[in-house]
Amino acid sequence: MTVLLETQSVSKNFGALRATREVSFKLEEGARHALIGPNGAGKTTFINLLTGVLPPNSGKVLLKDRDITQMAQAERVKLGIARTFQINRLFRGLSVLENVYMAVAERVGAAPKMLTPAGAQRDVIDESMQLLESLKLADIAHHTIVGLPYGRQRLVELAITLGLKPEVLLLDEPAAGVPSAESHIILDAIDALPKTIGVLIIDHDMDLVFRFAKRITVLVRGAIFAEGTPKEIGANPDVRAVYLGQATQHG
Amino acid sequence: MSATDLQNHPAARALAQRHRLRVWEGLPWLLALACYFAFPRYLGFGTEILITVLFAISLDLALGYAGIVTLGHAAFFGAGAYTVGMLAKNGIWTEPITGLLLGAAVAGLIGFLSGLVLLRTAGLTLLMLTLCFMGLLEESANMGADFTGGFDGLDSLPIKPIVGMFEFDVLYSKTQYLYVLAVLFVCFVFTRTLVYSPFGHSLTGIRENTLRMHAVGAPVERRLVICYTISAAIAGIAGALWAQANAYVNLSTLGLDRAATVLIILVLGGYGRLYGAFVGAFVYMMLEHFLSKLYPEAWQLGLGLLLVVIALFARGGILGIGEELRRRFRGWRNKP
Ligand SMILES: Nc1ncnc2c1ncn2[C@@H]1O[C@H](COP(=O)(O)OP(=O)(O)O)[C@@H](O)[C@H]1O
Ligand SMILES: [Mg+2]
Repeated sequence: MTVLLETQSVSKNFGALRATREVSFKLEEGARHALIGPNGAGKTTFINLLTGVLPPNSGKVLLKDRDITQMAQAERVKLGIARTFQINRLFRGLSVLENVYMAVAERVGAAPKMLTPAGAQRDVIDESMQLLESLKLADIAHHTIVGLPYGRQRLVELAITLGLKPEVLLLDEPAAGVPSAESHIILDAIDALPKTIGVLIIDHDMDLVFRFAKRITVLVRGAIFAEGTPKEIGANPDVRAVYLGQATQHG
Repeated sequence: MSATDLQNHPAARALAQRHRLRVWEGLPWLLALACYFAFPRYLGFGTEILITVLFAISLDLALGYAGIVTLGHAAFFGAGAYTVGMLAKNGIWTEPITGLLLGAAVAGLIGFLSGLVLLRTAGLTLLMLTLCFMGLLEESANMGADFTGGFDGLDSLPIKPIVGMFEFDVLYSKTQYLYVLAVLFVCFVFTRTLVYSPFGHSLTGIRENTLRMHAVGAPVERRLVICYTISAAIAGIAGALWAQANAYVNLSTLGLDRAATVLIILVLGGYGRLYGAFVGAFVYMMLEHFLSKLYPEAWQLGLGLLLVVIALFARGGILGIGEELRRRFRGWRNKP
């Protein structure tokens, strides 16, 4: 299996707090990988290091063996790394369709055009609408984000990211806030993606994690605590003690 | 939904037709032309309003669309005005239309260079830096009296007739009015095209959520610098028009007064709406013109109160109030 995304002993400190400690991690082509760990374990920070939101204090980030540690966020996106945010980051004053349009236009290279109307990019609009349809959002495509229920906004968050057609997809608690009756929409959407894409998902919902993941990494206090198949992780008494014990506190 | 259903979805249609001209969009131009015939003695004042509209449009592009908070936009107005002034006074260049282009080029260049540095910041820092930068230019104009005329500025600028035929009209500003109106129209059409383009859409994206724009792979800084440069160039054209129409240029073109006024005008009319510049400039300057004669002291108090009301209850300015009323009226009419 080819490795898509890899970290070599990355660390990140916030002052005295060591949020990421020498994490060496590999995400393979076609991976369905879950990253779990108690709140504050450093999961989001790790995604921020992978995507270039934060620079690491030490260590390297590699995409297909290429060192991208110093590369800016937007450039990494162009190379195929896309993520969703744990807390929605949407274009709140725009419609659902206009939100997704933003990502698709950027990916197909239409966004720098100045002298033709955005509405004339029919391919971008059509692709955005199809994406919304696949996430059961087509019927609210003309709604402004501000007025939408949180669960819907969560799906728009995912839609924007899928509009980038990434090779590496990083999902930071995509199902948090989505009514459980709808969380299958997220998994269905991921199932519909090309099988070669590497997906890393963070979630607290163990049902979802165990349904989805073929491999699980447990992060505790910034360091990798355990890694293995769902079976191995589920049977690991240390993980049960550390993670499951705390997870009940944090919901 | 089938593929054609999706193509005909109201959201897809709304986006595809967003840029279409609406009937009422002809109104400001018809009114402006009507004023030419109806108020021949007020065309000097009318010219001033039109120039302010253009200046406010340039600010709307940066502030209203891209969310660049600036309190120093007069830097570019002044750059355009002084370019025309200094070239004309020294007899280097007196042809008006190419003069506008030179004013735009100089202002655009200053916008580009300052933007490269300033646009790395945002929010209050950016606000302060734009203000400081404008102060820097103003002080340079003040001190470089040999070139700029210093505090007195440069007057009696010799500007050639437009396309060699239409003399600037010192008494009633008839020529100036139509000239400025034509230039405003061209710049407006350009700006309108820009804000409805994919590029313009991405500017609103930066305004709405900068971090997300990075995360969809947009070169945010480059887009902002491009936008700022274009905005500065248009402000430069407004300033160049001002210098040509008045045949003089002075420090007032570069000052905080002008920068703050245009900001107030945009907030008053409604930013991020293109036409807010028209409504704001018209309302503000009418109020100033008539009320300041009646109540020289109190009128600014009234204006201040109006702004407080707008800031508290109507973020969209006068146009925003109109939109809200229309929305409510529709809602009320659609009720069974
Ligand atoms: N930008 C930041 N500045 C300072 N501390 C931070 C920052 N981001 C996260 N932290 C801290 O780092 C730790 C890990 O946070 P985070 O990665 O969000 O955890 P998780 O996503 O696993 O819940 C927490 O203690 C958090 O308070
Ligand atoms: Mg987190």
